[in-house]
Amino acid sequence: MSYIKPKFRHPRLPANRLGFTVADYDGAISTLCAGCGHDSISAAIRNACFESSIPPHRIAKVSGIGCSSKMPTYFLGKSHGFNSVHGRMPSVATGASLANRDLTYIGVSGDGDTASIGMGQFIHLIRRNVNMTYIVANNGCYGLTKGQDSATADLGSVAKGGAVNPFEGIDLASLAILQGASFVARSFSGDKGQLEPLIRAAMAHKGFAFIDVVSPCVTFNNHVGSTKSYTETREHLDAMPLDFVPMRDEITTQYAEGTTQNVTLHDGSVIHLHKADSSYRTDDRRAAMDSVQQADEDGRILTGLLFLDPDSQDLNQSLNLATRPLNELGKDELCPGSKVLKSINEGLR
Amino acid sequence: MEDPLKPTDTNDPEYFHKVVDCQFACPAHTPVPEYIRLIAQERYTDAYMINWESNVFPGVLGRTCDRPCEPACRRGRVEEEPVAICRLKRVAADFKGDVKGLMPGAGPKNGKKIALIGGGPASLTVARDLAPLGYEMHLFDAQEKGGGFMRSEIPTFRLPVEVLDEEVNYVLDMGVHAHFNTYVDSLQSVLDKDYDAVFVGCGAPRGRDLPNLPGRTEAGANIHIGLDWLASVAFDHIKSIGKRVIVLGGGNTAMDCCRTSRRLGGEDVKVIVRSPFEDMKASPWEKEDAIHEGIPILDNHVPKEFVHKDGKLVGMTFEKVEAQYDKDGKRSLVPTGEDLVHVACDDVLIAIGQENSFPWIEKSTGVRFTSWGTPIINDDETFQSTNKKVFFGGDAAFGPANIITAVAHGHKAAVSIDMYCRGLDPEVGRPDPHVTLVSQKMGIHEWSYDSIPVTDKREAVPLVDLEQALKSKTLEVELGFDAETAFVQAERCLNCDAQTVFTESACIECDACTDICPTSCISFVENAEEPELRQNLLVPADNAEQDLYVSGELPTGKVMVKDEDVCLHCGLCAERCPTAAWDMQKFYYTMAKAAPVLVEAAE
Repeated sequence: MSYIKPKFRHPRLPANRLGFTVADYDGAISTLCAGCGHDSISAAIRNACFESSIPPHRIAKVSGIGCSSKMPTYFLGKSHGFNSVHGRMPSVATGASLANRDLTYIGVSGDGDTASIGMGQFIHLIRRNVNMTYIVANNGCYGLTKGQDSATADLGSVAKGGAVNPFEGIDLASLAILQGASFVARSFSGDKGQLEPLIRAAMAHKGFAFIDVVSPCVTFNNHVGSTKSYTETREHLDAMPLDFVPMRDEITTQYAEGTTQNVTLHDGSVIHLHKADSSYRTDDRRAAMDSVQQADEDGRILTGLLFLDPDSQDLNQSLNLATRPLNELGKDELCPGSKVLKSINEGLR
Repeated sequence: MEDPLKPTDTNDPEYFHKVVDCQFACPAHTPVPEYIRLIAQERYTDAYMINWESNVFPGVLGRTCDRPCEPACRRGRVEEEPVAICRLKRVAADFKGDVKGLMPGAGPKNGKKIALIGGGPASLTVARDLAPLGYEMHLFDAQEKGGGFMRSEIPTFRLPVEVLDEEVNYVLDMGVHAHFNTYVDSLQSVLDKDYDAVFVGCGAPRGRDLPNLPGRTEAGANIHIGLDWLASVAFDHIKSIGKRVIVLGGGNTAMDCCRTSRRLGGEDVKVIVRSPFEDMKASPWEKEDAIHEGIPILDNHVPKEFVHKDGKLVGMTFEKVEAQYDKDGKRSLVPTGEDLVHVACDDVLIAIGQENSFPWIEKSTGVRFTSWGTPIINDDETFQSTNKKVFFGGDAAFGPANIITAVAHGHKAAVSIDMYCRGLDPEVGRPDPHVTLVSQKMGIHEWSYDSIPVTDKREAVPLVDLEQALKSKTLEVELGFDAETAFVQAERCLNCDAQTVFTESACIECDACTDICPTSCISFVENAEEPELRQNLLVPADNAEQDLYVSGELPTGKVMVKDEDVCLHCGLCAERCPTAAWDMQKFYYTMAKAAPVLVEAAE
């Protein structure tokens, strides 16, 4: 098996605004199973960071444990990274985001890491609206331990060994909407046309951005009877396409009237949502809940941007923290000395 | 969408053949990657035999080939320099074991007699292909030994006599009746004998002259035609030249003339050429070799006069020009108006081209010629002339080219002669190339070849010390690669014959291949007309010379499109494919020959 990727790249690879090619956002060669949906997500993250011209050294990747959490090795090899304890990535991400608010944080987790062992942490990450992108590579099983059902396995889905799942699965997207997340999306690893702009929008969003990505486990959950196989997902996919236009770019594309809804993000970027003949509104939390539930009842996997509040307050704002990263603050700012203490004390007298 | 691309027909062997750029560019279609892998495995004899079957003169060509394969090499598009294909061929010849026993012998007599006129590479190739079938081959040449221009025009410091003798003899030893020192002065007299077919491989023997340049006659004693002069040197009729030599011309013959002059007493040797340096016909490496031996090349100088004094050549005058190109790229050499340049010299060698000459072919033979003096030939497959019994090949067919082209002609002409002698029309039902396509999968993610390309750079072949080299006419200048360098250089080959074969029915469109491909060759897109499709790929496929590999429609309605241009053949698409929709399969192709297939693809 090849454990190194050849050094050669296409000699005419296009460059982004920073002069980097997509190859500058590559990571190590994947050790996941051939055909794993997670590798497609890795590629989508790589492409999104390239397209959005984010300097690799201004990105921090955080993850927990599991197939999903190995992913950060396989993209953005020149970025910061922290592979944390199982289900505890939210704590690390929260701390990092508080310490250096200027980095772009990409959390990668899985259905086990988020919906089981990490559920307690995940829910508080939403509640605190930590400024990060949180991607769940959701395959409905524990691929790293030979494919047992996970907490997101759908009711009635048949495991590779033949057992039918007797439990209702946790829908992380519904949970995130309900819990008040400011950006909630769902996508499919096999639909980069949708996943890439979603990741770009999530990174541009100020606040907690959650993307639940159906990502088939090609080894343990890609058979007939599985509800999260490539074929089943494609058959039931109800995708709402979108484009992402960063703030600096002029909007040039024209869309037919009534088919597109535009949402402007905090940094001035615009998301174009295309859905012919749809009244779907991304700014209505209750309607979003309804649509997801309705799609679920109809047996459709509704993907796209489900809910967005572009003007939410992130954790740094809520806590009124310093506007600059800690590593940029000098000793005098961090330790203002007895004179300042005295003046504070005077004020409290 | 008016005319989307149809799925690629990979059953047509020419599709995958074209992907192997080096082999496709080789006139004789030598299976280059196959023999380069064998060199890396130190299987030099096997590597030699693969070469020998295709190009008959691996040792000669490994030193002298025009290397159409190297500019075509994919490596040159991926990084800077192509694989050192030519000099690796020499490695196979240098390090091979005893190959004599592996050569075919003459077959049981079939009662047919063939005359070969000229003993160069084209004729020898015809003999090589027909002798095993039992044809009685009669080869005629005016020289005292076989090899044609390989012997008379290529200096021995580039091609040692022993190397040439060995490879000429492999052919002659197949029971060929060689009639040396025999100049054929009448084709009619040959046709009047009982030959079943005649092959003309006499080359383009007439070197161009400058008959109208003032002083040509008066100073004639010190003015020589390059081709004739090289031949006289080769056969030891000429052993010295003046101290100051001008070589006129910018082709490979001019390079051979100037370097030979340096070894025969020329101290101040100059090449003077009409065209700009970049436009010179000589191969870039031959120009480098000449410059390395202290020979200046004066470009943009048009000869005006041979200056003589007391009946003896004293120099030449030249007019300085500059090249101007019109909008169609057509060049004209416009005088700069500067004073004429005088260059003093003792001898001049004229190497400004060569042409066909058939004073010995009578009208009565029925062989007709074009206005350029080349024979009218059916096409470049059959090589049959207007007399159906007479076939042409090599420089004699279409004018001056090179050894490997002559070999390719020979193979094709041999097929035609064999068909003709069996009462078949050489134009109809010619044999197919010999092709195999075999999976190289050794394990779950393992291939039979070193799939991940190395980053080593190309190395130049070491040379003997310049001072020593210039002292000897026979000391070979290039030393050849040693085994270790050969290994590193062989490993630079991208194995383009390990084809990426796609089975669309197995594809689940997981994107694993397109995500992993280091050179972004694979895209899954909506089908479209070719120009549009080429722009819609991950990286636009702007090299129109390279094909697109297009699948049929996949379940999502998209198609797989692979741009062959810079594929590394690293096999990662196939490694990352969960359903084996991609497989790496070795494509082995040899052009159709009259002789039975001698060497199969290596295990």
